[in-house]
Amino acid sequence: MASTIRNTKDFFSGLLFTAIGSAALVLARDYEMGTLLRMGPGYYPSVLAGGLLLVGLICLVRSFRTDGTPIGRLAWKPMLLVVLPIACFGILIRDAGLVPAIVLLVMVSAYASERFSFKATVPLALGMCVFSWLIFIKGLGLPMQLLGPWFGF
Amino acid sequence: MELLSNLGLGFQSALTVQNLLYCLGGVFLGTLIGVLPGLGPIATIAMLLPMTFTLPPESSLIMLAGIYYGAQYGGSTTAILVNLPGEASSVVTALDGHQMARKGRAGVALATAAIGSFAAGTVATVLIAVAAPPLAELALKFGPAEYASLMLLGLVASIVLAHGSLLKAFGMILLGLLLGTLGTDVNSGEQRFTFGEARLADGIGFVVLAMGMFGLGEIIRNLEHESTREAMIKHVSGLWPSKADFKRMLWPILRGTGLGSLLGILPGNGAVLASFSAYSLEKKLSKHPEEFGQGAIEGVAGPESANNAGAQTSFIPMLTLGIPSSPVMALMIGAMIIQGISPGPAVMTEQPQLFWGLIASMWVGNFFLIILNLPLIGLWVKMISVPYHLLFPVILVFCAIGVFSVNNAEYDVWLMAGFGVAGYVFSKLECEPAPMLMAFILGPLMEEYLRRALLLSRGDPLVFLQRPGSLVMLLMAAAAMAVVLLPAIRKKREEAFQEEE
Repeated sequence: MASTIRNTKDFFSGLLFTAIGSAALVLARDYEMGTLLRMGPGYYPSVLAGGLLLVGLICLVRSFRTDGTPIGRLAWKPMLLVVLPIACFGILIRDAGLVPAIVLLVMVSAYASERFSFKATVPLALGMCVFSWLIFIKGLGLPMQLLGPWFGF
Repeated sequence: MELLSNLGLGFQSALTVQNLLYCLGGVFLGTLIGVLPGLGPIATIAMLLPMTFTLPPESSLIMLAGIYYGAQYGGSTTAILVNLPGEASSVVTALDGHQMARKGRAGVALATAAIGSFAAGTVATVLIAVAAPPLAELALKFGPAEYASLMLLGLVASIVLAHGSLLKAFGMILLGLLLGTLGTDVNSGEQRFTFGEARLADGIGFVVLAMGMFGLGEIIRNLEHESTREAMIKHVSGLWPSKADFKRMLWPILRGTGLGSLLGILPGNGAVLASFSAYSLEKKLSKHPEEFGQGAIEGVAGPESANNAGAQTSFIPMLTLGIPSSPVMALMIGAMIIQGISPGPAVMTEQPQLFWGLIASMWVGNFFLIILNLPLIGLWVKMISVPYHLLFPVILVFCAIGVFSVNNAEYDVWLMAGFGVAGYVFSKLECEPAPMLMAFILGPLMEEYLRRALLLSRGDPLVFLQRPGSLVMLLMAAAAMAVVLLPAIRKKREEAFQEEE
């Protein structure tokens, strides 16, 4: 059947390119186009977005016409357990300080592994705190606090 | 002998105790992190970048260059011992290197890689010293039209050299260029794609993008395939190659060096292409092609030299034109900008100490590699055998602190997390992030030059064809594009990339 998706990787890549391309094209309408002589801020991005849209569409068409390998499942657990504690690190680093930020990052992200062991991770987290304090604060003099305003420092 | 006096100046600055120490430190740290499986040079440099912020410009570039060689050599070590190449250019090393290791010749394979790299590094250093001044002089004559065309050529080359689908590589380039426009437009002051977010006004930091896409994305991918790690060679002995080995590696090293030096100058990550072509060249020339893939020493010596020579000559376009030829060079340019140096042909005349110091330090760095790596092999083996489940949280901490410390901005950390997801999704879809990073760095420059060229020509787009320099580069880009689109070569290219899987 010609209407089934035969290459899912191409299909979703195409979808992604098309979506980003058209969104950028719409957004870029707010910026002045100008002329070829005096390009406005909208000219270059519009051309790029149009190109991306086109590539996306070709990719979509191709996904119906050639075969590919399946994408496979997204690994949600490692993805969330890596990305969320990193985001929390960003929240904690200034107000709570380096130590809570590192402990949270190491403890939560380590759980993403199949071989997670609580006993091994605690010393790892504490070791990283000492190491980072030595290297980044003492050694490189980066402006970070071990414990921040939340703990009354 | 201007060359000698230039190199003399370079060695004067590279051989100060301080710079020697930074070079040594860079090589050591680079290897230390680079041997960790799944960490290529891009991720290694991005992670160690904050360490160099507080140094003076010269020392910081020398250290970064050291980190780069170290990371590359570390990657080869891992490829030989564990068959886990950290980056595309050591994929070929793994083919025969790991087979040698399995036959109990791990030490010889490592020594071959080190000797080959050192020889290649020495030749490439001289080559840079010879080629850089005339190129920089030529570059000073370049107008905006030439620069715009040159960047286009670089982007086309990175499409050609990308793995897998050309169409998707093209899409990734466009996406990278588009991401590069995010932020304040230089000419009009208009905010583009910032959604009114003041923290995006300066655009996205390249360290943020690189660490997210390469660092975090890689970690998520490794965790997905956690259980499939190969057994590694733990015992390394008999480092020194025999006389027969030396004989067999001599010509491959020389040929690899020549090939690598030439291809490394090309825009679009020539070092990768260099190691692949060196491998197939050796296989073709060998009297025993059947030994390849079974542990042929030529299959380690050739590609390793090519790879290292290419890695080094890829500094040439970066130093003389200010244009990155690979994602790693893009990171180096970023580091220069952070240090307040604007990369380009003027660096050589305005800061000769820095320029020649960096070049001389390349040779020094290669020297350190050889004297450091063979005795310390036990340490590298220990590093490789650190279990991944204890390793990756440490890498995450480094990434987080690193990105935060660039601008002291928590917002950057969040962006990096977002790009981590993007990097993982793109790898799932087989869209390569490397061309995107290149495009992201080149994008804003290209727009700038494009607009300026058109302003100067009063809006006549033919200017790109009328200026001979620009015309040549456009023709080269067109030829490269035509070549990959030709059915016959397309098939060959697919085969070449098949070999690596």
